[in-house]
Amino acid sequence: MTEPILKVEDIHVYYGSIHAVKGISFEVNEGEIVTLIGANGAGKSTTLNTISCLLHPSTGSVSLLGKPLAKTPPHKVVERGLAQVPEGRRIFLQMTVQENLEMGAYTQTARGASGVAQDLERVYDFFPRLGERRRQVAGTLSGGEQQMLAMGRALMSRPKLLMLDEPSMGLAPILVEQIFEIIADLHKKGSTILLVEQNAQMALSIASRGYVLETGKIVTTGTGEELLASPAIKKAYLGGD
Amino acid sequence: MTLLNFFISGISLGSIYAIIALGYTMVYGIAKMLNFAHGDVIMVGAYVCFYAVSRYDLPPVAGVALAMFVCTLLGIIVEKLAYKPLRQAPSLAVLITAIGVSYFLQNTALLLWSSNPKVFPSVVGRGAIKLFDGQLSLSHVTVVTIVTCVVIMICLTWFTGNTRMGKAMRACSEDKGAAQLMGINVNATISMTFAIGSGLAAVAGVLLCSAYPTLMPTTGSLPGIKAFTAAVFGGIGSIPGALLGGLLLGVIEIFAKAYISSQLSDAVVFAVLIVVLLVKPAGLLGVQMPEKV
Ligand SMILES: Nc1ncnc2c1ncn2[C@@H]1O[C@H](COP(=O)(O)OP(=O)(O)OP(=O)(O)O)[C@@H](O)[C@H]1O
Ligand SMILES: [Mg+2]
Repeated sequence: MTEPILKVEDIHVYYGSIHAVKGISFEVNEGEIVTLIGANGAGKSTTLNTISCLLHPSTGSVSLLGKPLAKTPPHKVVERGLAQVPEGRRIFLQMTVQENLEMGAYTQTARGASGVAQDLERVYDFFPRLGERRRQVAGTLSGGEQQMLAMGRALMSRPKLLMLDEPSMGLAPILVEQIFEIIADLHKKGSTILLVEQNAQMALSIASRGYVLETGKIVTTGTGEELLASPAIKKAYLGGD
Repeated sequence: MTLLNFFISGISLGSIYAIIALGYTMVYGIAKMLNFAHGDVIMVGAYVCFYAVSRYDLPPVAGVALAMFVCTLLGIIVEKLAYKPLRQAPSLAVLITAIGVSYFLQNTALLLWSSNPKVFPSVVGRGAIKLFDGQLSLSHVTVVTIVTCVVIMICLTWFTGNTRMGKAMRACSEDKGAAQLMGINVNATISMTFAIGSGLAAVAGVLLCSAYPTLMPTTGSLPGIKAFTAAVFGGIGSIPGALLGGLLLGVIEIFAKAYISSQLSDAVVFAVLIVVLLVKPAGLLGVQMPEKV
């Protein structure tokens, strides 16, 4: 088998004395959408931030394409091919749409101005609404557009792995569907994606595999279909019977 | 004509405040801290230029360049040694450290250069341009100060609006965590901001002492505080705000000196500031950051 893109091995993460992540292991292979689902406070964002090296595990390791990420400063992680769309989008509200995208390409110096311009056009093709609003200040965008911008911005770094933290958060149901379509579309076009969600139904329906997180531990794993069909999952996360 | 004369002196003094205020505002924008030692960097810059020009007979331009170089370095070192270790500390701890750095610089200056005032040689001479049969007199210092301020503003606006580094600075000012996720080296960006602010402080120091030639270890503190006021006045974190705040402060101060009382001029300046902040708490051009959810 080929090397997984991301391999997380038995990581434990603390905030001071709070043990937020208690021995999580999983991997993401090239071309997959893997989803981490779980309720509030399960440790999903903590896991993503540990992978992005914003937090450091007390034990355990994270490796990207077979090389450990330990002690890499967060800004270097992006150069290594990891992009995270953080929870709550965190776009630069006072900068224009285009400037936000340019910040996404901050590490792409080797590609030069023309390479970045090409990538910009690719993002605008993919998200025409961003193209129409490229000179607009990002704070004036609607919630859905802001999420598109956050994703477009992450794509500008040409990531080998795109991590999305609750992209559907705070969006109207119709926009949630649209965002999941976009994610499925990105996947079809070749992106490898690690998707963190509370919306288990939607996430599992597009995922290759899923992991269920409860209070810092993985309690169940399986393919998207298996998890969707599992009675325990239905009961706990899909609000169904 | 006297009115115009006062106005021009006000703009000239205000230009100096604006250049100093830029340092406060840029550093506040990115590091969310008040660098109270900024005023003392001005003094260091003025001393470096003074010694370069009067003792070592360097041409004034070289003196200014040397002062900028030394202050830029000083800004980077102060940030690295004093502020960087406190990045996660409560803001009160950082504020106290900044006051400590301010006294440290003043006392070091006292040791190195003594408390005897030095008479600063104007870097542009003491000449003046007379207009309207001598009714309007523009000293060379005034002209150079205003032109320098305009040039600095144009360059900085261009820098933050068009360069990769400048945009990264704005990104860091808004959200350091998100900036890191873009691959921006936040520490290097903060360091760069201190470097620029301190380099500008050196220019301000030379201009200030060219206009008001008494140089002492405490020379930077009052203008520092006023420039800080100007930055708050205009809206801290905003570059055009620093310009507007600085100019207004300079003009108000000169007019208050001329028409109210030279002893009370500073009180008048601060009274205006308080009124403005009551009406516009974020300052004239300040942006009220939307609350994060
Ligand atoms: N900065 C912090 N300091 C202390 N504790 C924290 C911090 N951030 C998170 N925690 C705790 O760590 C645990 C995991 O939080 P985390 O944010 O990873 O959850 P999550 O699964 O992303 O939840 P949500 O769906 O609400 O985003 C929670 O118990 C939370 O209270
Ligand atoms: Mg979360």
